[in-house]
Amino acid sequence: MSRLASLYQSSLGKKFIVAVTGIVMIGFLVGHVAGNLKIFLPPVDGGPGVGMQPDIDYYAHYLREIGEPLLPATAFLWGARLVLLGSIILHVICVIQLSTQSSAARKTAYASRKYSRATPPARWMMYTGSALMLFIVVHLLHLTFGAFGGGFEHGKVYHNLYDAFNNVLWVVFYVGSIGIVALHLYHGVWSLFQTLGFDNPDRNRGLRRMAAVLSVGLFVGFVAVPTAFITGIAKAPDHIESSEIAAHQQDENAVENEEKE
Amino acid sequence: MKFNIKVWRQANSKDSGKFESYTVDNISGDTSFLEMLDALNIQLTKNGGDPVAFDSDCREGVCGMCSMVIDGQAHGPKPATTTCQLYMRHFQDGAEITVEPWRATAFPVVRDLVVDRSAFDRIMQAGGYVTVHSGPKPEPNSIPIEPEVAEEALDAASCIGCGACVAACPNASAMLYTSAKVSHLGLLPQGDPERKHRVLSMVEQMEGEGFGSCRNYGECEAQCPKEISIKFIGMLNREYLQANLLDQANPRGKMSPQ
Repeated sequence: MSRLASLYQSSLGKKFIVAVTGIVMIGFLVGHVAGNLKIFLPPVDGGPGVGMQPDIDYYAHYLREIGEPLLPATAFLWGARLVLLGSIILHVICVIQLSTQSSAARKTAYASRKYSRATPPARWMMYTGSALMLFIVVHLLHLTFGAFGGGFEHGKVYHNLYDAFNNVLWVVFYVGSIGIVALHLYHGVWSLFQTLGFDNPDRNRGLRRMAAVLSVGLFVGFVAVPTAFITGIAKAPDHIESSEIAAHQQDENAVENEEKE
Repeated sequence: MKFNIKVWRQANSKDSGKFESYTVDNISGDTSFLEMLDALNIQLTKNGGDPVAFDSDCREGVCGMCSMVIDGQAHGPKPATTTCQLYMRHFQDGAEITVEPWRATAFPVVRDLVVDRSAFDRIMQAGGYVTVHSGPKPEPNSIPIEPEVAEEALDAASCIGCGACVAACPNASAMLYTSAKVSHLGLLPQGDPERKHRVLSMVEQMEGEGFGSCRNYGECEAQCPKEISIKFIGMLNREYLQANLLDQANPRGKMSPQ
């Protein structure tokens, strides 16, 4: 334990924690975008008593059941939530301490300053990070707790998304926020490899590219959802249900016709 | 050529300091930046003023003394160049040039452009040495070393300790300097016995001196007059984490019963 404490004492150790918690959160984002893209999948049969439902609703329900029957219901979900919450807290505490150390290291600013290499996303990490904290709070209130009302119904993910993204303001808010996520990751994803000592001239190009691809890829993936709803590519939830009923009725008609013949 | 020099004047470490502007005329383009400051100082002395204090020693780009931030960049706008090797032809005739000392809490200003960089010396003292015996020297080729590794160590060893990395870093971090020293000794077989102790104590000393933390901007590499690569910062991170997390804290510790 004393070694962990001494590691935490140094800025290198704090950065190690920032990098590792960053990996956890990047892993979460990849899973999150994969889940979101399920709005593009056709409806699935949710089983007895549920009937046909949007794929993403089925998936949201599945998230609560991961690990069953080995684990009690929602145990895995809560475990994941705690790990994520812990990661955010550690990430933020370490970053604030590092930033305090750095501002104490230069008390008099330069009268004139020219950057040769430091990219804007790298210099904006504290701003983008702070904005993301706000975004996470608003996002959870909006689409997890349904605190902003509207027609929010727990478990009806597709319906809630359709509802939210009929409002241009929410679309703008989410697209902007995802843009900030992308900016944060553009520097962060490469930076974590350097902090963990994995980068070297052989890998540098690949790692820098991976950071760019990941940040742009996540941006495109996340933005696809509000875009699909506001452009009407993703249909209204009642449309899905009614079209399913129609399809069902067609089947029944076909059976009746067969019987008549 | 004619220049308007806006330079930081500070009588001593306790003075708050301020910028003063001076005009220097009849400067040849082949005058070095330091020689231009010499000309300015002759002019100031003739007029009964105090000359601008600045550090300089070898004036051939290897000692690392001529520390100053010129127009927002350590050692001026030309990459891979110390201030003494910067010539006035690199500036526009009639330009206003801002000259400031290194700005870092760990490098207090002594006077005008002169800063105290003994924080670097203390980092070096904390672990920047190798064990050698004082008897007759062994035949040099008796220690085999791959030429590529020797060259890599020399790349790190080309650090002249000028402090431009700290001055350039938006966080005033000394990671590039410390990593160059840790790597140049750690890469060589002669430096291997102290390897673990070196990285731990040099990092501890660096932290204690009040430098900032590294945010991987890469600004240090871009403004380093010797173009030391930030790959050495990656190496330092790896060495440090290895020594802290993976190596045994006490190699002679006991295994206790349950």
